[in-house]
Amino acid sequence: MTTNTILMKRLAEAARHGKVSRRSFMSTAIAAGMTASAATGLWTGSARAEPKRGGTFKVGMHDGNSSDTHDPGQYVSRQQIYLAHQYRSYLTMIESDGTLGPDLATEWSANDTASVWTFSLNPNASFHSGRPVMAKDVVASLNHHRGETTSAAKALLTTVTDVQADGDHTVVVTLENGIADLPWLMTDYHMAICPANDDGSIDWESGDGSGPYKIDDGEWGVGWKLSRHDGWHGTGAYFDKVEMLVLNDPNARQTALVTGEVDAVSLIDLKTSALLQRDPNIVVENVPSAAAITMPMFCDTAPYDNVDVRNALKLAMNRDEIIEKIAFGAATKGNDFHHSPAMPYWPDDIPQRDYDPDQAKSLLKKAGAEGLSVSISTADSLFSGAVDMCVLYAEHAKAAGIDVKVVREPNDGYYSEVWLKKSFCAVSWGARPTPDVMYSLAYKSDAAWNESHWQNERFNELLVKAKAELNNELRAEMYREMAMLSRDDGGTIIPMFNNFVYARRKNVMRGEHLAASWEIDGARAPSRWWFDG
Amino acid sequence: MGDILGLVGKRLGLGLIILLVISIIIFFMVELLPGDIAQAVLGQGATEENLRALREEMGLNQPAIVRYLDWLRGAVMFDFGNSIVTGESVANTISERFINTLFLAAYAAMIAVPVSIVLGVLVALLRNSIFDRVANVVSLSFISSPEFFLGYILILYFAVKWSMFPAIASLSNDMSFLELLQRAFLPALTLVLVVMAHMMRMTRAAIINLLASPYIEMARLKGTPPWKVIVRHALPNAWAPIINVVALNLAYLITGVVLVEVVFVYPGIGQALVDAVSKRDFPVVQACCLIFAATFILLNLAADVGAILTNPRLRHPK
Repeated sequence: MTTNTILMKRLAEAARHGKVSRRSFMSTAIAAGMTASAATGLWTGSARAEPKRGGTFKVGMHDGNSSDTHDPGQYVSRQQIYLAHQYRSYLTMIESDGTLGPDLATEWSANDTASVWTFSLNPNASFHSGRPVMAKDVVASLNHHRGETTSAAKALLTTVTDVQADGDHTVVVTLENGIADLPWLMTDYHMAICPANDDGSIDWESGDGSGPYKIDDGEWGVGWKLSRHDGWHGTGAYFDKVEMLVLNDPNARQTALVTGEVDAVSLIDLKTSALLQRDPNIVVENVPSAAAITMPMFCDTAPYDNVDVRNALKLAMNRDEIIEKIAFGAATKGNDFHHSPAMPYWPDDIPQRDYDPDQAKSLLKKAGAEGLSVSISTADSLFSGAVDMCVLYAEHAKAAGIDVKVVREPNDGYYSEVWLKKSFCAVSWGARPTPDVMYSLAYKSDAAWNESHWQNERFNELLVKAKAELNNELRAEMYREMAMLSRDDGGTIIPMFNNFVYARRKNVMRGEHLAASWEIDGARAPSRWWFDG
Repeated sequence: MGDILGLVGKRLGLGLIILLVISIIIFFMVELLPGDIAQAVLGQGATEENLRALREEMGLNQPAIVRYLDWLRGAVMFDFGNSIVTGESVANTISERFINTLFLAAYAAMIAVPVSIVLGVLVALLRNSIFDRVANVVSLSFISSPEFFLGYILILYFAVKWSMFPAIASLSNDMSFLELLQRAFLPALTLVLVVMAHMMRMTRAAIINLLASPYIEMARLKGTPPWKVIVRHALPNAWAPIINVVALNLAYLITGVVLVEVVFVYPGIGQALVDAVSKRDFPVVQACCLIFAATFILLNLAADVGAILTNPRLRHPK
């Protein structure tokens, strides 16, 4: 058998740096004359060498404050969220390929109506203090977000009526209404499992956890030093030590990466990412995410109470130009339903809404709203280019005969003074794990954050139905219909889903996929990545 | 000497009143900021119920004046309370940061003060020469560029191009003193460049001002070499304005370093203050601001005392 050795060498090199997927590696290798088993051997052997253990992985992260705390109910900054995925565990986790996998729970199952869920815990899991993780810890940790609580995750668990331990390693969660997504909800960053106190509360203050790395030393707003938890129940955690530095300044972060002070950074400035990519020692990752930019308009307030006006405003946006000029290409085009391709059940056959000023004009004519003039509120702090995006949109809308006035609001207190108060504004949403969570949070008719005041009977009926539907195909069909409804009747313009753009040095290796739940591989790079040689 | 002690006592008393006024202003300015601490802590994800529970827990339901008086009662006993956000005592929260800031300020001052005074004397000696002009232009261009820009330039050359010093100044407890000096060199150098011009030019101006005096003329006439005229005869009389400028710049090294801290990721008190303001964490904001205010008051006092000590005439005002 003859093999093109130069081609194979290149292919192996590309595979080692994560530039080809396993599938294309295999097909190219076989096309080059290898047998399937030889190609498999090459993939696992020489090309994608087994992850190596060892080294100190330093990662520079954005968004860290001195006033952050260990309280999982008040996790809000990236520093807290990234750290939580190292020193604490969750019941389930989102794997790199976007599927749901086990963390502390090895198995889970529901009754027919998805209203009683049983989680079996991994008997090998232990806290850094040495004690095994028991059902009572899980019960206490979930209860931390229920009842009289200051937890920001309370809304996720409102339908939970009871959490019970059944023996040492089984937890039973009872819900008022079925939720087929409950195992997905358990990946929410607030749901970290902490050791239980005797009185049923949790000990979050000590920073003890059951994650892959334990905290040796650290200070909020400065950085953290962690070392491998030898008894960790999962696979991975190849680095001996992990250092997480808070580098809020984008320039400091990028300089630290370029000079090798850190091995990876959690966010890079989009304006300079093209320059950074030229550095041969740096690999920039650009991962589509479920985080979104939305522009809700109040459906019960004139002029937005007319669906034709809403759709005219949606058609008056040139999303391609916004992605190119505001997001520097690092975004996925929105289609006016809040369900990103990075979420499960994404319907891929919904026609894309494009810029069409003529159709927008005719819709306005139909609605008798020619010469429409609206104001949109925005602020610089929402996301990079938030004001520019609205100004650009105003230019697009001119062609449709719409006068969009851009109102620049103060950064401070935007979410308390503008959002949910002004009838048309720009909003930046973090990623949510499933369409159900997203729709229940901001599109359900009686949701506190129904940011567009949208009321659609069929949508709400489907939302309830899909929530408890355990048959995946039926569910996907329902989410498709809901997507169509919010796209064509809803009050939210979704210009784009912003990508996660972060970078690592070339000697840091990663698996085939990157999780889309958070930056740096779903915030789990320290336990999933490794050093080459 | 008694008159100086009297002055110090009077000024300290006045300082306390100033601090009190500042604490009132700061408290109500934080109150005026839009949004409140509960919203800032829970972020976008908060519901009304959460906010209510958290406000209850943080004691935000009481009227502002009651909260201020509560704080004041503790503060007069040197108990600055606990951070509302983390529950940790304010002293613990900021002491390490403050030590870091003092370290950086001391590091920069150790270099900046002697270098700029010596340079000031030199340019006074060689006034209107090329050396004088170059030193002036260079130091003025440093003081005219914003600190963060200077910082980036230093990073570009010393860290990225020449790899001599680390680009980020993150400190950790297990570093040796030498390592600390190396880590903190670039931020210290940035500060040195920023404060030097002011001190150097004041030294130069104060000395040149005196050179026209008759007693300097006398010294020259008796054949004293020019450097001796300046160092022995002019400088002792020039100390007062120089000390004033040095004191102001020392205060700046402590209070004005926020930008430098951000650029070099230096864990100082400025960063803690910014975080506390964005979270509306009043006790921490208050403590940081009072430290800054006290720094100014004490350094100004020190400058006045220094001026009096170097100039006996000031002790006997007419």
